[in-house]
Amino acid sequence: MTAQAPAPVKDRQETTRRPPVPSWLRRLAAANEAWTFGVLALLVAFFTAARPSTFLTRYDITQIATNAAIYLVLGVGMTYVIIVAGIDLSVGSVLVLSAVLSAEYTIHHGGAKSGWGTIAVSTLIALATGLLWGALQGWLVAKARVPPLIVTLGGFGAALGAAQIITGGQDPAGAVSGKLQRSIGFGKLFGQIPWLVVIAFGATLVFGLVLAFTRFGRYTYAIGSNPEAARRVGINVDAHLVKVYALVGLLSGLGSVMWLAYFGTTSIAGHSTDNLKVITAVVLGGASLFGGRGSVLGTVIGVFIPAVLSTGLIIMGVQQYWQDVAIGVVLVAAVYLDQFRRRGRDHG
Amino acid sequence: MAQPLLEARGLTKRFGHVRALQDADFTAYPGEVVALIGDNGAGKSSLVKTLSGTIRPDGGQILVDGSPVDLSSPLDARRYGIETVYQDLALAPDLDAAANLHLGRELYRGGLLGRLGVLDHAAMRRSAVTAFAELGVDLQDVGAPVATLSGGQRQSVAVARAVAFANRIIFMDEPTAALGVVQRGRVLDTVRRVRDRGICVVLISHNMPEVLSVADRVEVLRLGRRVARFTAADTTVEELVGAMTGALDAEAAEAEARAEAARSAPAGPGPGADAPRKDGAQ
Repeated sequence: MTAQAPAPVKDRQETTRRPPVPSWLRRLAAANEAWTFGVLALLVAFFTAARPSTFLTRYDITQIATNAAIYLVLGVGMTYVIIVAGIDLSVGSVLVLSAVLSAEYTIHHGGAKSGWGTIAVSTLIALATGLLWGALQGWLVAKARVPPLIVTLGGFGAALGAAQIITGGQDPAGAVSGKLQRSIGFGKLFGQIPWLVVIAFGATLVFGLVLAFTRFGRYTYAIGSNPEAARRVGINVDAHLVKVYALVGLLSGLGSVMWLAYFGTTSIAGHSTDNLKVITAVVLGGASLFGGRGSVLGTVIGVFIPAVLSTGLIIMGVQQYWQDVAIGVVLVAAVYLDQFRRRGRDHG
Repeated sequence: MAQPLLEARGLTKRFGHVRALQDADFTAYPGEVVALIGDNGAGKSSLVKTLSGTIRPDGGQILVDGSPVDLSSPLDARRYGIETVYQDLALAPDLDAAANLHLGRELYRGGLLGRLGVLDHAAMRRSAVTAFAELGVDLQDVGAPVATLSGGQRQSVAVARAVAFANRIIFMDEPTAALGVVQRGRVLDTVRRVRDRGICVVLISHNMPEVLSVADRVEVLRLGRRVARFTAADTTVEELVGAMTGALDAEAAEAEARAEAARSAPAGPGPGADAPRKDGAQ
């Protein structure tokens, strides 16, 4: 029954039509990460050439990584949401609400002098707050069929409002245990790598691997790519969406713990543009807002482009506000290039 | 008469005021290609969706191997070895051919990793290569996203997915509608090859010459009801069109004849009709 199979055709085409480019190289050139990584490498090369003695010293690298750590954690969650063709505008507000609720517990259980017991409970409160808030938003998206832009825009306002009601709009004193700040906030693993960076790296690695190698990741791509097809092969699309939004919430909760440890305050007013920064990073990393495409590796690169740019511009003595202009231009250019290549691909 | 593999008896389905299926029957036997034809709105899609578990009928019975079954989801249908190639193919364009082939039926690594849900990409790729080779599908890179494939190749991926997992019946909804001449020929070759493996193929098509070239039997739907059955070798395009448009209603005539016979003498099972091909109403 396989007698008609045109088996030799494949070999002939491989040898005559195609120049000897290995398939891994072709796939690499087609990967979004490769292009974005090129942009990052160019930036680093440019600043290094311009200020060889001051740019990318060890201090710089540590500083860049520390500043990027919290955005990286949020970005990992946002990568999942964008791959399922959703969006989460609420990340910054959920971070604030998680921080405020965990701070309230700390204040009433020893404040700045509280011990490890209080730290553990307040951390759990922060994580649970994020998880539940995210799951609720996921339920609204999946079951109530409200568009994610609207659900999370509502969540963005509501979470921040709730945080302000609880605190009366002021960042409370004694919100963080001094022990947490000294260990996680300013401490370093082996005296070298800040704990903040270690945590961010750990979360990134775990969820990067989950996205790339497990069923959960595969279903995330499938649902973003064609939800109807996913449903027809028996994937529980609604439940998966709830899990994905709960994951972003959980990571926002983790981000709030990292924020409290590092800055020692809830900074209620300081997170209104987190969502835009994080979405920018994820899109720079090659994720498609139409769903189905993106990767945690891309997001890592996408987070570091603004971080390198701002450090570089400061060292160059350029006014820092140019950073926002540059990021805007790079973002639009990246998406334009993506569309351009996609059109070529889909017709090819 | 040979035991039908899949049988629908008196299926009805309403969508609001539209009666998509009115007392519709359908029969499929093992190892045959049966074409399901009918004009637009005759109820072909509704019938296929009902038999593949996508929609639930309001009334009637579905039998697999002679026993009644309840197909309340595509997963139920799959459990009975029934797969469907949808007209829109239902592929995830950003995933590669191997991933699409195994979507919802992933293979896992052994041991602890597998229990954590870690996929075995290499095994899925190997099994995809085998599946495509068995169908004679020429796919250079099973690792390329489906979006980069041609229409014919995408069709092949969808067909290969159904073939790889079906062990009884494959429904193909207009599989050649969007294809060029060469690709159309390939899909029809595939249909024959699948049939030769002993799997029943139900082909939904508009194209009469195509139907006559590949099908063993033809069942005709009109206004949500089966109106005629033919043996492909003994019929013509004119006859099929006649049945589709209502110039010929063999089933009604047959039912009348049966009723007539029942009135005069109780009818036993027809012992002479041992093969499905003899079942056609001429």
